[in-house]
Amino acid sequence: MAETEETRAEAQFEFITFSAGGQSFCLEITQIREIRRWTPVTALPHTPEDVLGVMNLRGAVIPIFDLSARFGLGKTESNERNVVIVAAVGSTTIGLLVESVSEILSVAKSAIQETPNIKSDVTRNSILGMISVGETMVRVVNLDAVLDTGMGIAV
Amino acid sequence: MTKVLAIDDSRTIRNLLRVSLEGAGFEFHSACDGAEGVEIFPDVDPDVVITDINMPKLDGFGVIDALRTGPNRTNVPILVLTTESSDDLKARARTAGATGWIVKPFDDASLVSVLRRLTGHVA
Amino acid sequence: MSGNSIRDTFFEECEELLEALVEGLSGMEEAPGDMEIVNAVFRAVHSIKGGAGAFGLDRLVGFAHTFETVMDKVRGQELAVDESLMGLFHRAGDFLSDLVTAARDESDVNDETEAGLIKELEAYLGPGGEETEFMFEALTLDMGDEAPQPTRRRFDIAFRPTRALYENGHEPLLLFDSLADLGDLSVTADLSALPDFNKFDPSDAVLSWRLSLVTAESETTLHEIFEFVEGLCTLDIDTTDEPAEAATAPLDLGPVMRPAPPDVDDMLAGDDAEDAMAESPDRGASDRPATSLPGSSKDARGPKPTLRVDLDRVDRLINTVGELIINQAMISQRIEELDLPTVAHLTNELEAYKLLARDIQEGVMAIRAQPVKPLFQRMSRIVREASDATGKKAKMVTVGDSTEVDKTVIERLADPLTHMIRNAVDHGLEKPDIRKAAGKDVTGTIRLSAAHRSGSVFIEVSDDGAGLNRERILQKAIEKQLVAADVELSEPEIDNLLFLPGFSTASQVSNLSGRGVGMDVVKNAVSALGGRVSISSTPGKGTTFTIVLPLTLAVMDGFVISVADQTMVIPIASILETIRPRAKDIHIVGTDSEVISLRGSYVPIVDVAENLGLGDGAERGNAGTLLLVSTETHGLTALRVSGIHDQRQVVIKSLESNYTAIPGVSAATILGDGKIALILDPEELIKLAHTPVHETASQQARMELRHG
Repeated sequence: MAETEETRAEAQFEFITFSAGGQSFCLEITQIREIRRWTPVTALPHTPEDVLGVMNLRGAVIPIFDLSARFGLGKTESNERNVVIVAAVGSTTIGLLVESVSEILSVAKSAIQETPNIKSDVTRNSILGMISVGETMVRVVNLDAVLDTGMGIAV
Repeated sequence: MTKVLAIDDSRTIRNLLRVSLEGAGFEFHSACDGAEGVEIFPDVDPDVVITDINMPKLDGFGVIDALRTGPNRTNVPILVLTTESSDDLKARARTAGATGWIVKPFDDASLVSVLRRLTGHVA
Repeated sequence: MSGNSIRDTFFEECEELLEALVEGLSGMEEAPGDMEIVNAVFRAVHSIKGGAGAFGLDRLVGFAHTFETVMDKVRGQELAVDESLMGLFHRAGDFLSDLVTAARDESDVNDETEAGLIKELEAYLGPGGEETEFMFEALTLDMGDEAPQPTRRRFDIAFRPTRALYENGHEPLLLFDSLADLGDLSVTADLSALPDFNKFDPSDAVLSWRLSLVTAESETTLHEIFEFVEGLCTLDIDTTDEPAEAATAPLDLGPVMRPAPPDVDDMLAGDDAEDAMAESPDRGASDRPATSLPGSSKDARGPKPTLRVDLDRVDRLINTVGELIINQAMISQRIEELDLPTVAHLTNELEAYKLLARDIQEGVMAIRAQPVKPLFQRMSRIVREASDATGKKAKMVTVGDSTEVDKTVIERLADPLTHMIRNAVDHGLEKPDIRKAAGKDVTGTIRLSAAHRSGSVFIEVSDDGAGLNRERILQKAIEKQLVAADVELSEPEIDNLLFLPGFSTASQVSNLSGRGVGMDVVKNAVSALGGRVSISSTPGKGTTFTIVLPLTLAVMDGFVISVADQTMVIPIASILETIRPRAKDIHIVGTDSEVISLRGSYVPIVDVAENLGLGDGAERGNAGTLLLVSTETHGLTALRVSGIHDQRQVVIKSLESNYTAIPGVSAATILGDGKIALILDPEELIKLAHTPVHETASQQARMELRHG
């Protein structure tokens, strides 16, 4: 009994879904530290267009990336639903500007499909897999890829 | 419980002794130099003393002398911890009034067996 | 406590012992003949050996033993310390430190060095001095030493303790228990020597025993049991090979054993102490110094008590205090914005709050501060090694080694300092014969000093060598195409060529300094700490490198400035002067270079906004405010900013912890309104202005993102 329950809990993953560049993405909930309303950031000189600047997160200076621009989907249009998803990758904390946050998705591990062999390497590297929710495909963001060195330049 | 007072200026050795002896069911007390050892001896009132030789303030021979001849003269077994196994050192320790000696590095089993032999302690 | 943490403790303790060792060795030089110092050195080596033995670090044990044995001779005044022995002790100490590191990291050490040092050390032990008796036998009552003896034998033992046996804390009963563990034991007490009861002296040994043991164990094992009492008793052991099985049925020891002296002792315990005192006047006298010790030791018990704290906890506290400072600034700003009619009393309270917050911050920063002494001590080793390797005679003098500096600074200075010290010996000092010819002491002096001066830490490495050969430096720089062949440079400019990347190469460095580090790496390491390094050199007199570092890595005095539409901070320490230029003082040179005439000379202007890619040159021609800075590579330069707003202490926040380094920006801070302001790095900013291709910067930023 206990074992079955445990197995089920292990297989279940929770994701927060959001949209960026008109597409649907998600991140596993354990990677997300918090979600904040967008506030103007301090721009950094000599940085690519998808690096919006730095923000004060309770005393820490964290960089904010425009996820849409990062994925080569164009700059995020500013609107009042814009939010910053604060996520942690290892010991690094970063913020991702997205258009809006949608919902919490709870899926079994088996529902996560491998990324199909699509033509763009950038896209393929930037997502870990896909989850289908009704009609839509939700892409699981690979945070490592967001920080990855080569990707931005390849765009 | 059999009480051990270990006097050694090396934190490492004190730690090792503590782990070995507490594990074997001894009550462990320690002092970090000879003077402190002699000072706390009456309060701890141990069943056996283990002392290093080379220590600041008061060396091992000084400890033995203080414990064997002082106003609180005692017959408790005193074991000398030494890195040397020379006969000369053993003879000196014995003359000073040491009960026995333990050569560093010591292994837990033999340390415990020597202590049991000297105290009759059964853990 | 796990085995590992004991091991960790051991290595921690080794660090302390090695420090004590180095300190002791310098002490021996300063106060020869002070036996307390020799003892301390001996103990340090000895404790390392003792701990190392416990962890089976045989190599460390072996070396420490040889070292200790020689030190013991000094201690016993059998060996006088001369200059060469002192040098050997230093090198042995250095190598001991290497062995500790190797043991900790499970890395390797140089066998030749070890063999050489051991040979040198043993030479002091004299021909018969090799310690044949030394071995690391763990104390065992191990019976496996000899071939097992299949047959049981009977041992007849006559055992007569002396009085000293009891005085030494032995208990015959317990000895017999141990014997009984080996086989079948019978014990008979011989009471014939027992005097009349009224003559009985409880501390006298009057009993003797006859024991009969049937066992398969060897006689050696029996002797091991009596090992501790040898010399404290008469002991005869006779062996009979016949197995007398039936004859020696085990006896009940109890009743026979009971009359053993301890029991009698108990009976008469009341008189015991007095008797003992009266009986042994010699011992009684010698106990005096010992018993007086506990009292006197109270005043001088070891070093000041310290507390070991996890560094993370301190850093969390420092961060929180940083927040408090920011919070205080925010509250002040908000209250100001309220524009209350009379705020005098409030202002006073706020001022007090501010001061308290600063006090807390200073207190917390002091926790991280550590004296540079251990760092300097390590450098004395570098001097020795360098002087050995180059055949130059050198000694190190340290000044101000109690100066306290942030822990991180100390850690990160070790490599640059090592390199500078090596350089100072290798390139700075002359060979002994040349020094002699120049009328100098053949032994060169490397002086390492630390001091706090006006909110900064000054660390100087100086030598009394020949001074920089500027002609050769310039020639080399031209050869390496670091500067144009026809360049005209001032003396300081030539000196600064040393810091150019690519200046030092294999062809120029000797086997000593040439470890792939150039002075540019030194400069970068110092810059990364928010400091700067400069050179001054006088031909024939020597060269001094000066490192200036901020007192703490956490706060800095800065000007709050605006650059284009952004608020930024620039370190006050870097600014020589602020200028509000008149339009007529600014001149255009060539197509787009601007200079300002300042007291008769022309100083280039660097527009900060333009160099950060923020403005579009709109400020050009606009006077703005100029900040005059002096740089190592480009001399005097005026930085143009839009305006200066305020001067305040800011909390430094790393950009690199979550992002990456940005050229021209050293860090960030959080202003009173909670917004982030970038802290500019003037030196880098000006360098940037001289780099033709700005685009490389952003690419570099991206490339380095993961390595921040």
